[in-house]
Amino acid sequence: MTMLRADAGHYGPADHADHRPSPWNPARWLLSTNHKDIGTMYLIFAIFAGVFGGVLSGLIRWELAEPGLQVFNGTSLLGGFFTAGNEHNYNVVVTMHGLVMIFFMVMPAMIGGFGNWFVPLMIGAPDMAFPRMNNISFWLLPVSFALAALSMVVPGGSMGTGFGGGWTMYAPLSTSQQLHGGPAMDLLILSLHIAGISSILGAINFIVTIFNMRAPGMTIHRMPLFVWSVLITAWLLLLSLPVLAGALTMLLTDRNFGTNFFNPAGGGDPVMYQHLFWFFGHPEVYILILPGFGMISHIVSTFSKKPVFGYLGMAYAMVSIGFIGFIVWAHHMYTVGMGLELEAYFVAATMIIAVPTGIKIFSWIATMWGGSLDFKVPMLWAIGFIFLFTVGGVTGVLLANSGFDTLVHDTYYVVAHFHYVLSLGAVFAIFAGFYYWLPKMSGLKYSGLLGGIHFWLTFIGVNVLFFPMHFLGLQGMPRRYVDYPEGFSYWNSVASYGYLIMGAGTLVFLYMLLDTFVLRRQKLDAAHNKNPWGEGATTLEWTLSSPPPFHQFNELPVIAGDEKH
Amino acid sequence: MKLWVKGFSRCALAAATALAAAGSAAAQETVVGRPTDGAIGLQPAATQVAADVHDFHTLLMVIVTAITVLVLALLVWVVVRYNRNANATPKKFTHNVTVEVIWTIVPVIILVVIAAFSFPLLFEEERMPDGNGRFPAPTVTIKATGNAWNWGYDYPDYGVEGVIANMLPEEEAVPELYRLATDNPIYIPVGETVRILVTSNDVIHSWAMPSFGVKEDAIPGRVNEGWFKVDQPGAYYGQCSELCGTRHAFMPIEVRAVSRVEFEQWIVSQGGQLTVAPVEGAAVDSADRPS
Repeated sequence: MTMLRADAGHYGPADHADHRPSPWNPARWLLSTNHKDIGTMYLIFAIFAGVFGGVLSGLIRWELAEPGLQVFNGTSLLGGFFTAGNEHNYNVVVTMHGLVMIFFMVMPAMIGGFGNWFVPLMIGAPDMAFPRMNNISFWLLPVSFALAALSMVVPGGSMGTGFGGGWTMYAPLSTSQQLHGGPAMDLLILSLHIAGISSILGAINFIVTIFNMRAPGMTIHRMPLFVWSVLITAWLLLLSLPVLAGALTMLLTDRNFGTNFFNPAGGGDPVMYQHLFWFFGHPEVYILILPGFGMISHIVSTFSKKPVFGYLGMAYAMVSIGFIGFIVWAHHMYTVGMGLELEAYFVAATMIIAVPTGIKIFSWIATMWGGSLDFKVPMLWAIGFIFLFTVGGVTGVLLANSGFDTLVHDTYYVVAHFHYVLSLGAVFAIFAGFYYWLPKMSGLKYSGLLGGIHFWLTFIGVNVLFFPMHFLGLQGMPRRYVDYPEGFSYWNSVASYGYLIMGAGTLVFLYMLLDTFVLRRQKLDAAHNKNPWGEGATTLEWTLSSPPPFHQFNELPVIAGDEKH
Repeated sequence: MKLWVKGFSRCALAAATALAAAGSAAAQETVVGRPTDGAIGLQPAATQVAADVHDFHTLLMVIVTAITVLVLALLVWVVVRYNRNANATPKKFTHNVTVEVIWTIVPVIILVVIAAFSFPLLFEEERMPDGNGRFPAPTVTIKATGNAWNWGYDYPDYGVEGVIANMLPEEEAVPELYRLATDNPIYIPVGETVRILVTSNDVIHSWAMPSFGVKEDAIPGRVNEGWFKVDQPGAYYGQCSELCGTRHAFMPIEVRAVSRVEFEQWIVSQGGQLTVAPVEGAAVDSADRPS
């Protein structure tokens, strides 16, 4: 341990050496205070979590490929290799798929990964404001993930192993001693508390960094839009996660210490839990997508060779989406019987979000308008994002109307909607950002062919996978169903084929990583080392070498008067 | 605008009637309220409220399809017109106040139009009819109680208590109705307004009937109220719509809409009494449905 400590001093923020320490020294990673190394760890963690969550969704699609119990029927699978369990274990898998994708894939990739890597680079800062806090923010996540994974295999209660109450963890299903009396739910509560602490620390770090460490001349209104998006996301995290922590703590004490916050028999109210959860949960969905908005703006601008259209409108559209995101939470709860006037308010407030979102969509198109478009891999993902996010957005307008929501609430229509904005929105943005910044982060070239194949397989796969879910929802198929009547067979089988196509795309992605980092290892040529994308890429990270020096901006860059990003 | 919506409503009605006719030709008992394999739209509406939701959905679909097609067309246009080969020199403009104002104001107007249809529909769904509006006051009250994992029903007006509806096992069910049919369907009189009170004994469930346009969460310690007036006799199927544990997918809802006479026979067969039952509105049939 003392050796590790000594090494840490060597690699700590005080070290101004330009040489890059060996990646094989564990201390470089365990004790890292370098925003780029921490960002890299977040990205690797997100890829692992994404594969894990993707395998879970594979079990879901396998089970739902046809009526009857295929996987979760108590018999063993893959030649006795493992047993998936019963219908309860299906619910456990659905629960974990949601939690893993949200807390351990999208958030670490966007905020932890790209945020850590590129916020300091884009604002011309040497590192994050609190490098050691940055370290603990990351290392809490694997701990949290381990606890969540552990909860899948410990007793959940009378129904079986693990917690099967959905990522929303509604009381009283999550507090019932009879159904979920085991330690699985308690482990999950602890896991989410730790993930929440990790995110709050990260959010504080981003806010302080962005407010205090911008290079001379970079006023708030000259910040790149990705920095804007991370700043707004950090505020949403800071304000919403404590509410989740409170709700989780109340679940914990209801379960273990005899309180009755959510137990009607003791004067509590299960609906109160839903209000608290969604007061966090709705900002959370914007937390998942806002950094993507920022990335898409840069990518569209870069590959159109044209500055972002309507910069201030874009920035303040995100601010208003963030603000309105806090006052629409009960549209997740239209069927709880909340009262007509309240319902009418949430309908109106929710629909208003369509206005700033529309501004963003149209501004992206206006950025391309008159440009000189180059369809490199990141641009393919960005254009795919714009269209698919529009599709997911307009179904959101339908769902906002409580009068219609009554028919499709808690059905696959909702599943289709949030996968269009997340699995096709946020994930497309992540891949767009990954292909955009991979040469910058690694200094290596990747195969545009493999990236293109990955894009087209994923684009076709996710549409075949998720579009039929609209039809299932309109026909009334409820969510979180391990089995369904024959009337839902056809579109479910189509969706499962879509999963296979998307899965093939993911394999191409993993092969692309292998190809880039191991098989080919082709360095960017000297002429394009700093900026492989050409004149359209104008933000500060493209003024540095690829990969950037271990410590950058020892002399702060000065931003010229009228320069805008 | 009004006429336009009326046109849609007529189309929807025609489609519903055609489907119902096809169903009755196939089987003696008209089965209209269940999912159809491969279908891409809503289940046929069995109540006026559900038909109104269908019309609203059609209106929204026209609007959002137009928006999506517009975005797609703009994307295709920039891809074709402004790709590197077609436009080698990019323009450098970053602002255009006129279009920015247009794409802020026009969506607001569209949303106001949507709201103008949305709120009346919401009020229609949520307000219990008192007989002074389009719908007669309720003549039957059902209390539905969610249990892990079946539904219990009471008819307090008739003294019927504890009708437990479990899912019909696979060997007893018609294949296409397996996981929808119950061993104890509940009965309602056709053409009368039925009030449903929904609560739960344990965890949260949700009493959902897609063809009625009804979904009420069953929450312990709370009673939620909904209503429906079914215009055509038949068997209608719904499913629990809030995750409630292991057998969440296996606690379906089956409702038979029958004539007042058959309904009363069923009440008696369940040990109920008819003395306290109000019968006004019993004669109302589907003819009162505005076209």
